[in-house]
Amino acid sequence: MQRRHFLKNTMATGAVALAATSGLLVPVQVLAWNKKAFDAKDVQGAMKGSIGTELTEASDKINIKAPDIAENGAVVPVTISSTLSGVTSITILSEKNGTPLIAKFNLKGKAEAFVATRIKMGKTSNVIAICESGGKFYSARKEVKVTIGGCGG
Amino acid sequence: MAKSSIKIRAKAKNGVVTVKALISHKMETGLRKDKKTGKVIPAHFIEAVDCEQNGSAVMNAEWGVAISKNPYLSFKFAGASGDKVKLTWKDNNGKSDTLETKVK
Repeated sequence: MQRRHFLKNTMATGAVALAATSGLLVPVQVLAWNKKAFDAKDVQGAMKGSIGTELTEASDKINIKAPDIAENGAVVPVTISSTLSGVTSITILSEKNGTPLIAKFNLKGKAEAFVATRIKMGKTSNVIAICESGGKFYSARKEVKVTIGGCGG
Repeated sequence: MAKSSIKIRAKAKNGVVTVKALISHKMETGLRKDKKTGKVIPAHFIEAVDCEQNGSAVMNAEWGVAISKNPYLSFKFAGASGDKVKLTWKDNNGKSDTLETKVK
C-alpha cells in the first residue's frame, strides 16, 4: 500500500520533485558535466544540449539491440552499433523519461562504433540512438515496452 | 585495501578488443524516497567514465541518472592482446575509482 501510494505521489509531484533535485544538485556540481542537457525535460532540449542540434537524419546503418518488452524498467540492456564510418559519438535517449538524455559516449582514437550498457526507463517509449559521423548526426529508434517503470522506485 | 569497484574483462579477437566492464555503484536518481523517513534520497551517480588504451583516450562517456544501478558497459576498439586498458569513473560527489588491466 505504501508503495502504491508512493508511486502515485511520484507521478503527481514528479515535476516538483525534479525541480527540487536539480536545485539540490547545484552545490555538488563538478566541472564539465553537461547539466543543461541532462536536466532537459524534453527530447528536443536534451538533443540541443548534448549534440547542439535537434535535427538528425534517420539512418538504417544504426542498429539498436534492446528487448521488445522489458519487464523491469530499471535494467534495460541496450546495445548500439553502427556501420557508419568514423563515428565520433553515440548518444542514447529514452523519449519518455523525465529527463530523456541517458548518456553520451564520445569515441576517440581507435574506438569502434559499438556501445552496450544497461539503462533505466520510466515507461514504454522509444529508445533513440544518435551517431555523429563527419559532423553530421544520424539517428535510429526502437520501441521498448516497459512493464514496471524504473525511475521512481 | 578495499576491493576495486571496477571489474574489467578485455579480449582481443581479429584485431578488435572488446572491453566489458562492471562498476559497482548505486546510481541514485534523486527521485526515490526513503521509505522510512519519506525524505528524498539525494542523487548519487556516475557522471563520467573515461577509458584509455595504452595511455591515449578511446572513450569519454557522459552519463546521466538513467544508467542502471551497478552499471555495465561494453565497447570496442582496434587493438591487440597485451594492450593496456585503463578505466576511470567519477561521480557527482567527487568520488572516483580507476583500474588498469591488460588485454587478453
